[in-house]
Amino acid sequence: MDIIVCIKQVPDTTTVIQIDPSGKDIVRDGITYIVSPYDEFAIEEALKLKEAGDGTVTVLTVGPESAKEALRTGLAMGADEAIHVVYEGAPSQLDSLTTAKLIAKALEGKKYDLVFCGRQAIDDDALQIGSLVAEFLNVPQISLVIKLEINGEQIKASRTIEGGTQVVESRLPALITAQKGLNEPRYPSMKGILKARKKEITELKAAELGVDLTPRVVLEELRLPPARPAGKIVGSVAELVKALHEEIKVI
Amino acid sequence: MNILVIAETKDGTLRKTSLEMLSQAKALNGSSITAALIGKGVAGQAARLGHYGAHKVLVAEHDLLEHYTTDGYTKVIKDMVDQIQPDLVLFAASSNGKDLAPRLSARLDAGLISDAIELSHDGSKFVAVRPMYAGKAYAKVSIQGKALVSLRPNVTPVAAPDESRSAEVMSFAVNLSDADIRAKVVSVEKADAGKLDVAEADIVVTGGRGFKGPENFHLVEALANAMGGAVGASRAVVDAGWRPHGEQVGQTGKTVSPTLYVACAVSGAMQHLAGMSSSKNIVAINTDPDAPIFKAATYGLVGDVFEILPQLTEAVKQIKASNN
Ligand SMILES: Cc1cc2nc3c(=O)[nH]c(=O)nc-3n(C[C@H](O)[C@H](O)[C@H](O)COP(=O)(O)OP(=O)(O)OC[C@H]3O[C@@H](n4cnc5c(N)ncnc54)[C@H](O)[C@@H]3O)c2cc1C
Ligand SMILES: Nc1ncnc2c1ncn2[C@@H]1O[C@H](COP(=O)(O)O)[C@@H](O)[C@H]1O
Repeated sequence: MDIIVCIKQVPDTTTVIQIDPSGKDIVRDGITYIVSPYDEFAIEEALKLKEAGDGTVTVLTVGPESAKEALRTGLAMGADEAIHVVYEGAPSQLDSLTTAKLIAKALEGKKYDLVFCGRQAIDDDALQIGSLVAEFLNVPQISLVIKLEINGEQIKASRTIEGGTQVVESRLPALITAQKGLNEPRYPSMKGILKARKKEITELKAAELGVDLTPRVVLEELRLPPARPAGKIVGSVAELVKALHEEIKVI
Repeated sequence: MNILVIAETKDGTLRKTSLEMLSQAKALNGSSITAALIGKGVAGQAARLGHYGAHKVLVAEHDLLEHYTTDGYTKVIKDMVDQIQPDLVLFAASSNGKDLAPRLSARLDAGLISDAIELSHDGSKFVAVRPMYAGKAYAKVSIQGKALVSLRPNVTPVAAPDESRSAEVMSFAVNLSDADIRAKVVSVEKADAGKLDVAEADIVVTGGRGFKGPENFHLVEALANAMGGAVGASRAVVDAGWRPHGEQVGQTGKTVSPTLYVACAVSGAMQHLAGMSSSKNIVAINTDPDAPIFKAATYGLVGDVFEILPQLTEAVKQIKASNN
């Protein structure tokens, strides 16, 4: 089975967010970048499926030159190939629709049975790319997957919905978005890291793929959220209950 | 302005998020607000949509629409959009809405703003505010032309209904066959009957690693029950296997914005705060006065959950009893 995994490089989850003077981006100096955590579940699942049969796993990203590091992480975990759609513009100028078009374009002519995305990229928190790419590739999608079984061409997946889970069946080729609960992502081994350094990364240029890069959704301004009013330390259960009952009237 | 609201139902009744979307559509001064009511056995909800602001209701009832499927719902809504040509389509940023809205965005080649917490129109374009970086930044974004927006549940206040208003209810011809649905729902497993989902609950009581083991979570459950809320869990607790994944709050769990969030024996790591810091009121109970959770708290109580929770549960029960 040939599997594509779309991954994104994002600031580490503990990053203290500050706004750049342009008001359209965060301050990028000194940030540690990681592969978005949901994409690690996606990579892990793809590797497990490959190991259970045969085929290849290809990691793909759209992003600046520095995003190659994310692809190297994917390769070090065990992916066979990597595709980098190099986008050198401002991150705020690339919207989800355009990103998905670039991903679909990069996959034109490529053979795949399954495409994985993460549930969401933890920088823009958009939860869009999976569904968008599935539509552009004209394949069914199953999102928010916590359990996946593949038998021949048959897919059986559990996805979470409010207050429960749905079991969904479909056929290959399809697109799956992964979330926590699906598996435990592996760490790259030393051997994997050394091997990944030598692997070639296929490069495509976003500006040369024939996709209109003008965003539909324009980022006008980025700001910090309003500060929470200072809280109050109460001395006893009785005082707490009184506050909940009389001040904020929630009970 | 012509607005199409994709209403959501659960077990045959409207979810609160549907009313929130209609209130938002009204606040935008939509000259024509159409609600799409899609499913099986949902037609009875049409009148209520009218009370909350819909001028028209398109009822799409079909056996194949009994469960949400991406293919089925996308096709029906695409047909509705072609027919009524809305300027704005509003979705709920729920599990299904998040699956559906981008699929339509691609099919219609129209921009989508997901998980908006504010939405307005400045005369030439739709402008929205949406959290990014797990709520550590707010982005102001805009869309020129046809706009798709999904609204974060539990943020928009619901305007009072007007029971004298009635919508024009029309049945919508559903053009679907079995073959259209490529990913089919074969079963739905509900969490315990009647159990509230953390992402939907108005009150959430979360337990962290300080409970020391799953056997002590009955204390969290008892408080949640007394308050009429749902149980949440930190990742430490979920990873230890004490509680199911569905209860995890935070960056890799659920994002919640209830009226009241009670964090018990949770340290308040950045990734946990990411999922709950937009709660309207936060109570923190922790033995460590320096725990970061206290910085986010509206009310903090320093102490041992094993002593405090039983007392708190009892006190809440008493207040509830005297309220009645
Ligand atoms: C990529 C990534 C994603 C993550 N995603 C999430 C996420 O989605 N959600 C999440 O929660 N975490 C997430 N984390 C983990 C997060 O960093 C913390 O490790 C986790 O939130 C800690 O859980 P905790 O507060 O229950 O445990 P701890 O940090 O161990 O805190 C336990 C607290 O209980 C207090 N305590 C102990 N005994 C008592 C007592 N008897 N009475 C009162 N208080 C007591 C202690 O003082 C302490 O503050 C993520 C981490 C990473 C790296
Ligand atoms: N720039 C990108 N390059 C490759 N994959 C991406 C990119 N952005 C998002 N994705 C994929 O789409 C998922 C959802 O991202 P988002 O819609 O941005 O929340 C991510 O988890 C990735 O799998």
